[in-house]
Amino acid sequence: MTKRQKRMVAVGALVLGVGLAAALGFTAFRKNMMYFYTPSDLLAGKLAAGAALQLGGLVEKGSLKRGEGLAIEFVMSDCHNAVPVHYEGVLPDLFREGQGVIATGHMDAQNVFVASTILAKHDENYMPPNVAKAVGEVDGKHSCAPFKSVTTASSS
Amino acid sequence: MWTWFHQLASPPTFYRFADVLAPWLFGFAVLLIGVGVYGGLFLAPADYQQGDAFRIIYIHVPAAALSLSIYTLMAVAGGIALIWRMKLAEVAVVSAAPVGASFTALALITGMLWGKPTWGAYWVWDARLTSELVLLFLYAGIIGLNQAYSDPRAGARACAWLALVGLINVPIVHFSVTWWNSLHQGASILSVEGIRNPKISGDMLWPLLVSLGGFYLFFGAVWLRRMQNEVLWRERNARWAQAMVVA
Repeated sequence: MTKRQKRMVAVGALVLGVGLAAALGFTAFRKNMMYFYTPSDLLAGKLAAGAALQLGGLVEKGSLKRGEGLAIEFVMSDCHNAVPVHYEGVLPDLFREGQGVIATGHMDAQNVFVASTILAKHDENYMPPNVAKAVGEVDGKHSCAPFKSVTTASSS
Repeated sequence: MWTWFHQLASPPTFYRFADVLAPWLFGFAVLLIGVGVYGGLFLAPADYQQGDAFRIIYIHVPAAALSLSIYTLMAVAGGIALIWRMKLAEVAVVSAAPVGASFTALALITGMLWGKPTWGAYWVWDARLTSELVLLFLYAGIIGLNQAYSDPRAGARACAWLALVGLINVPIVHFSVTWWNSLHQGASILSVEGIRNPKISGDMLWPLLVSLGGFYLFFGAVWLRRMQNEVLWRERNARWAQAMVVA
């Protein structure tokens, strides 16, 4: 083997080795890379009761109820399971029914998720308002695909 | 063709070649960025959900795309520099890093400015944002490592190794939104589905593609100019470089 071939092998081995290490590492720590849990994870009962966590899903259609002041209640769904959410505070502009949201909070004793902050999760679709109306985005466009279950590896 | 490449690898030939090419790249870059940004800000319709806030994509998306592309190019040049000991590839590695770092910072800053009104937060530690920040640190590490060497050739080779180690972060940034739950949305164009049927309407898409093209040409022009400077400095004792400065 010439010196150049040796260097070629060294460069190739480095890139492959780092890639393999990363693949193994991220497979082992998949859970830790997830930014939020889904209602399915929460209801599967594998998470510590009452633990503070981020919960992501869609605001279910027709579930939004406004209480006194800034208080709201809605149902968050990942198309398989749903969790009632209670929140009191400022909402992002994009918040509405059918929208993907991520809530930080905990499950209380009555099995209501009490949120302290709510972020809107935008999806990858961009279109002008008239097109949105034409394709009926109100029902069709928002999908549960971005809300992957953390505790079951299969749904990715 | 092959001999042409060999000639181009010699510093004086490259210097003259870049001198001719760079102004053209720069001219077309200004033209395309101008058209793309005008189209994005004035011709494209507002988004059905975000309104005018979405218009940041005409800067944010090209900057983010370049942050990954430049890193990949830098790692490829690094591999060539290490295997074939090619001087010009070493120059390419160290010249690309500050430009890549700038685009990464631009992508992060524009993303934060968009995130506050859209998501409700400037920053969250989700996989996409975190891995893009790691990319910025990788660039910073390469810039710092290069400065730490007094021998520029040894410094460039050390940078090349670091660039190759960090290459794994490029697919991580790109696929972070597919592999893991993140606040950042998925890819609208560069996904299996999106490449055939972009998830962005045509009248919003064309200014983005024009702007993307302009940003890539701009990077090409800046890269060539930075490489010219670096070559000139490294070859400052050579007769051709001295003749170039006097002339």
